[in-house]
Amino acid sequence: MLLTIEAKLSPGADLGYLLHKHPDRAYCAELPLGKLHVFYPVVEPDRAQAAIWLEIDPIGLVRRKQDEGPSVTQYVNDRPYAASSLLSVAISRCLGSALKGRSPERPELAKTPLELKASLTVVQSRGGPELFERLFSPLGYKVKAECLPLDPRFPDWGDSSYYQLELTGQQRLSDLLGHLYVLLPVLDRYKHYFIGPDEVEKLLMSAQGWLEQHPEQAFIARRYLLERPDLTRMALERLLPVSDESDDGSHADAVEEALEAPISLNEQRIRAVLEQLELNQVRSLVDLGCGEGKVLKRLLSETQISRLIGVDVSIKELTKAEKRLRPDWLSERQKQRLELLQGSVLYRDKRYADVDVVLLIEVIEHLEPFQIERLTRTLFGEQKPPLVILTTPNREYNQLFGMPTHALRHRDHRFEWNRQEFHRWASQAAKQYGYLFESKPIGELNPELGPPTQMGIFSRQEAEA
Amino acid sequence: MTIIEIPEFSLVMLVGISGSGKSSFARQHFLPTEVVSSDVCRALVADDENDQSISDDAFGLLREIASRRLKNRRLTVLDATHVQPGARPPVLALAREFDTLTVAIVFNLPLEVCQARNAEREDRQFGSHVLPNQQRMLRQTIKRLRREGFRQVYVLDSPEAVAEVELKRVPLWCDKRQDLGPFDIIGDVHGCCDELEALLGKLGYTRVEHLLYKPPTGRRALFLGDLVDRGPRNLDALFLARNMVAKGYALCIPGNHEEKLMRVLQGKKVTLKHGIEKTVAELEAIPETDRAQVIAEAKAFIDSLVSHLVLDQGKLVVAHAGMKQNYQGRSSGRVRSYALYGDTTGEIDSFGLPVRLDWAAEYRGSATVVYGHVPVPEAEWVNNTIDIDQGCVFGGQLTALRYPERELVSVPAAQVYYQPIKPMLSQADSRSLQQQLDDVLDWSEVAGKQLIATRLQRLITIQAEQSAAALEVLSRFAVDPKWLVYLPPTMSPCETSEHPDYLEYPSEAFAYFKRQGLSQVVCQQKHMGSRAIMVVCREPQIACSRFGLAEPAAGVIYTRTGRPFFKRSSDQEAMLDATREALDQAGIFKQLNSDWVVLDLEIMPWSAKAGDLVERQYAGVGTAAQASLAALTQVLGQASSRIPALSGQLQHQQQRLELVSQYRQAYGRYCWPVAKLSDYKLAPFHLLASEGQVHSDKPHAWHLEILSRLAESNPQLFIATAHQYVDLHDEASVTAAIQWWLELTAEGGEGMVIKPADFIVKGPRGWVQPALKCRGREYLRMIYGPDYTQPEHLIRLKKRGLSTKRSLAMREFALGIEGLERFVRREPLRQLHACVAGVLALESEPVDPRL
Repeated sequence: MLLTIEAKLSPGADLGYLLHKHPDRAYCAELPLGKLHVFYPVVEPDRAQAAIWLEIDPIGLVRRKQDEGPSVTQYVNDRPYAASSLLSVAISRCLGSALKGRSPERPELAKTPLELKASLTVVQSRGGPELFERLFSPLGYKVKAECLPLDPRFPDWGDSSYYQLELTGQQRLSDLLGHLYVLLPVLDRYKHYFIGPDEVEKLLMSAQGWLEQHPEQAFIARRYLLERPDLTRMALERLLPVSDESDDGSHADAVEEALEAPISLNEQRIRAVLEQLELNQVRSLVDLGCGEGKVLKRLLSETQISRLIGVDVSIKELTKAEKRLRPDWLSERQKQRLELLQGSVLYRDKRYADVDVVLLIEVIEHLEPFQIERLTRTLFGEQKPPLVILTTPNREYNQLFGMPTHALRHRDHRFEWNRQEFHRWASQAAKQYGYLFESKPIGELNPELGPPTQMGIFSRQEAEA
Repeated sequence: MTIIEIPEFSLVMLVGISGSGKSSFARQHFLPTEVVSSDVCRALVADDENDQSISDDAFGLLREIASRRLKNRRLTVLDATHVQPGARPPVLALAREFDTLTVAIVFNLPLEVCQARNAEREDRQFGSHVLPNQQRMLRQTIKRLRREGFRQVYVLDSPEAVAEVELKRVPLWCDKRQDLGPFDIIGDVHGCCDELEALLGKLGYTRVEHLLYKPPTGRRALFLGDLVDRGPRNLDALFLARNMVAKGYALCIPGNHEEKLMRVLQGKKVTLKHGIEKTVAELEAIPETDRAQVIAEAKAFIDSLVSHLVLDQGKLVVAHAGMKQNYQGRSSGRVRSYALYGDTTGEIDSFGLPVRLDWAAEYRGSATVVYGHVPVPEAEWVNNTIDIDQGCVFGGQLTALRYPERELVSVPAAQVYYQPIKPMLSQADSRSLQQQLDDVLDWSEVAGKQLIATRLQRLITIQAEQSAAALEVLSRFAVDPKWLVYLPPTMSPCETSEHPDYLEYPSEAFAYFKRQGLSQVVCQQKHMGSRAIMVVCREPQIACSRFGLAEPAAGVIYTRTGRPFFKRSSDQEAMLDATREALDQAGIFKQLNSDWVVLDLEIMPWSAKAGDLVERQYAGVGTAAQASLAALTQVLGQASSRIPALSGQLQHQQQRLELVSQYRQAYGRYCWPVAKLSDYKLAPFHLLASEGQVHSDKPHAWHLEILSRLAESNPQLFIATAHQYVDLHDEASVTAAIQWWLELTAEGGEGMVIKPADFIVKGPRGWVQPALKCRGREYLRMIYGPDYTQPEHLIRLKKRGLSTKRSLAMREFALGIEGLERFVRREPLRQLHACVAGVLALESEPVDPRL
C-alpha cells in the first residue's frame, strides 16, 4: 500500500527533517508483517514528495499463528494493496517522531501548517465516496475521491469498493499523519490485531484535539473500535461533555440513544406475547428460534414462569444468549430455571415435549417456503403443545416503512406473508391438527394495510372421546 | 449330584446366611463380572465389607450395577443374604423392569457349619444372636420363595450338596439365534387353509400327505400365529402347522387367537365372538369319540409355542403382533402380551377394538421384525419392520416373506370369509408409510456425537460440535432433506512438486497411485465451474413415490453443501427439463431401467454461482493490486533516477504488475454472463445412482461413456468430460498425460483430476484416494495470490501437509457412498440424513482451505 505526501516548502529537501528520513536515500525497515519503505520521488527547491510504501508479506499474513491476530484465510486478499490499520501501525512505528511533530533541526517548520497533498492509491470505503467527505472535510481537507472500476473486461460488474483518494489542505505534517493514523482503520473496517479496552485509550490519545469537535465522532469511535458496543460506550462517555454537578443518568441515556435505534415495535410484540402468557397462566415455555435471547431476557423477570427453554439452531446465537442470560454470577437455582439448547423447528424434540407453550417469535419467515410443511407437521402434529404463539411480519405494511414492493425486512427473511396468506396457512394447520386459531394484530393498525406484525394464537383442542 | 439349569439370561439370587458359602459358590460357577455382591459394594462405597451403617448406599450401588447389566442382557448374580423378607421385592422388581427370568439358589446349611466358618474369619466376629436370627428367617424364606414369584428355586441342604452342583446354562426358549434360516414367513392364516396350501405350493413346498407339506431343500416355513378363527378350515390350518413343526419343516409362534382357543380348550368361559365361533363349531362337529384326542393334541401344540423368536444371529425377530427392541430376547408376562396383542393404550376405539400404538413408527432396533396381527392393504417396510398380514380371511391375500431374500409372495383370497369390523384403510397418500413417517425427523437421533457404520470405512466418528455445525447449515440453508441423497467428498491435491517452478505437477499424482499398487488411472479435465448434484425424475410423480416428497417435482439441483443451486426455481426447472430430455433421448433411463438418476457434475460458468465472490474478492483484489502497483512503479521510476539503489526494486515491482495482469486473465476465463439456459455449460462426470443401484461398482470409463451421450443429445448444454487413460508403467503414456496437462493449464485452465480406473479401489496399503487434483500453474494464482510464483513465496508455499485433507477425503467419500447405498436400499430417511450430515460435519474440520 502506498501513501504519497507532497508538500510545498523551501527548500523541498527540508521535508526530510520533518519525516526524519534522508531525502537522498531509500529508507527501509523490517516490520513483523512486511517492510516499510520511505523514499522521495520528487525533491525540488520549492516542493518535495515523499512516498511511504508498506510492502506486505502476503504469505506471512495468512500463515501467522492464531494468537498473533485475526487470521486472513485467503491468499487472494487486498491487504497488500489497500490502506489499512497495517499502514497506521507502520507509521507509528517508523515515523513516530514525525507523527508527534518533533523536529530538532526544524522545530518551527514542524509547527507550521504547510500546503500538503496526500494521495492514497487504494482505499476501501464500504460507506461510499461521501464517507471521505464526512470524515475529512471537518478537519479542513479538500477531498477528491475517484472510484476504481472492478474489471474493464466486465463492465456489468460496475465499480469496486476501492477509491483513489487525494486530500489537500493547509495542515501540519504531524496532524496529517495523525488524521490518517486514526481514520484509515475507520475507512477500512479491519484490524490486523485483536483489540481490547486499551484500544479506547489509543483512540482518545491519538485523536486528541480534533475528535472532541468532530461531527462524526460517534461513527468514528464505533468503527475504530470495530463496532464493539462496550468499547464504543467507554469512548463516547469520555468524549461527550459531562456536567459535573448533576449526573442524573441522562448522560448515559443520551449515549444509549446515540447507539440504538428505536425499538418500539419489538417492545409491543413482547408485550402482546406477555399478555397472552398471563392470560393462559403459562408455567413453562420454549422460545423456538430464540436467537441471542432478547425475548427470553424479558420473560426471565416473569416470576410465574418456572421453566424457560431457549432453542436456536445457531451455536453463535446461543453463545450470545448464554452470555446475556446466564452470566457466571447467576445462582445455580436461577440458572436451572432457564435452559438453552441447540435445536431446530424442523426436528421433533423430546427435550421440550412437555411445555405449556411454544413461542415462535419472528421465526417462521426465516424458513424456506418448502420447509413450512415440515415445521407445521412437526410442531402441531408431533410436539403438540397445548399452546403455540407465533408472530410474523405483515408484508402489506412494508410500504408504510417506505420499502420497495418486493423488499423484505431482514436479509435472512425468505418470505413475508400478507394477512390473507398467514390466515390461510394458520387456519389450515389448525384444522388439520386439531387446534383453535385466533389472530391478533400487533402495533399500530392501519385501516387498509393492517398491523406491522401479525400474531397467531393456537390452542390445542382436547381430542373427542 | 444336583443339576441346576440356569437360563443364559436371567437374574440369579443367592440366598443364605453369613458363612453359608454363597460367595465361594459364585466364584466357582460364574464369571467374576457376573456376580454383584453386597459386601463388595459395601467396600466400594465405604472401604469396609462389613460396615452395616452404609447398607442403603451399598444396595443402591448393587441395584445400579445389576440394572446396567440386565439392560445389556447380561446374566447377573446377586450375592447377598436375601433372608430378610424386605430384601427380595426389589429383586423381583428388577427382574420385572428388565423382563428377565429369576432363579433362586438357597444355601440351607446347618447353623454350626456357618458359625464355624465365620469363626475362622477375623472380620466376621458379630454377636452370637445374629446367625440364629438369620437362620430362622431363612427357614421362612424357603417356604415363601415360589409364592413370592421366583420361577426356579433350588435348595441345597448340605456342604456336600453344594459341592456336587453342576450348573448348566440353557438358552431362553425364544433364543434361536443359531438358527440361520432361510425361512418363508407366513402371515395370519385364520383358517384359510386352501389359500395356505396354494401359497405353500407357490413357495415350492410339496404335499407329502393330507395336511403335511415338505419345504424345498434348506428352507422352512415360519407361521406368525393366528392360524385359527374366522375362516373355513381353522383346525386344518392349525394341524397343518402342527404337522410341519413336528417334522421339523416349520417353526410357529402363537397369535392371540391361539391364546384364546387355548382357554376354550381348557374349558374356560370365553365369549364366542370375533371368529372363534367358527373354530368351536368345527370342534363340535368332530365325532365325540375323537374329540378329546383332537383337543389334547391342539392343547399340546399351542402350549409348546413360544411367544416370540430371535433368529439368524439376532438379525431376525418374529412375533405375532410385533416386538419392540428392548423386549427382544427377553421373557416376562408383558413381553408375551406384547407379542400377542401388540402395543395397546388400554383404550377402546369406536369400533370396540383396542387402540393400538404404532410401535413400528418408533422402532429403532437393528433386528428385522416380521409380524402380522393387524391386516394391512400393502405389506410395507417401516423402520426395518414389516407387517405381512394382508387380511386373507377378509378377502385380501395370504402373504409370505422370503427371508433373507426379503421377497413377498402372495396368494389372493378366494372369497371374503369374514366381514371385518373396521374397514381396511387403503392409502390416500401415494407415498410409502416409511416416506410419510420420514416427514418428521427427531433431533435426538441426528444431533450430538454420531458413530456411522459405513461399508468402506467401518465406523466414522462425528464429534458433537461438528454435527451441531452441520445441522445448522442443513436447517437454515439446505434443500429438503428428502432430496439430499449425497454430498460430494472433498478432494486432495497431489503432493507438492519438486519442480522449482511448480507447486503442483502431475508426476506426483501418478507416483501416488503407483505406490498404491495401481497400474491404470484416468485423467479427467477439471472443469472450473461450481460443483453440483442433480437429481432428475423422469416423471414429477417420482418425487413423491420414490423420494417421498409431498409435492410432485422434476428433481433438484444443489451445491456441494446442500444448498439450492439456483436462486430462482424457474432456472432449476429449465435445467432439469433439458436434462431429463437429454437423458431420455440418450436412452439412459431405459438402459438403467430407472425413473430417476443422481448426477455429479460441474456447472459453468463459475461466475454464475460464485458471482458475488468473483466480484467482491477476485476482481476486487485485482483492481486494488493493479492500481496500487501501477502507482508504485510510477513513483519508483521517478525516484530511481535520483536514487539508483531503487532500480532493482523498480524491476521487481514491474514484474509483480505483470503477474497481476496474468492473475486477472486467470479468473476472467471462468466468467461469462448468463441470460438464458444455453449460456450454461454442464459437465457431468459421475452417474452416481439409479433405481436399485449405486454405480460406484463400475469403472470411470462406464460413467464417462454413458454421460458423453448427454453431450451428443444436447451439445448446447452438455459437454463431455475430456479424459485420457494412463498406463503408469508406460513412460510414454505418462509423458503424454503430462503434456496434455501442460496444454490444458497453459492458458489458465484449472487442471485435471486423476482417478483410479475403478471407482472404489482397495490396494495393498488400504483404500486408495478416489481422486487427486492437479491444478495448473496459472490457475493457482487464484488460490495463492497473484505473485505466488515468485521464488521467495513458492518455496514457503511448498511446505504444506496433506494427511488431514487425505483422511478427510477418504472419510467423506465413504460416507457419501454409504448414504447412496442406504437410499437405494430404501432405508429410513434418518439413516441417509446421518451420512449427509456427516459429510457436512466433517467439512467443518479445520483444514487448509486452499488444498
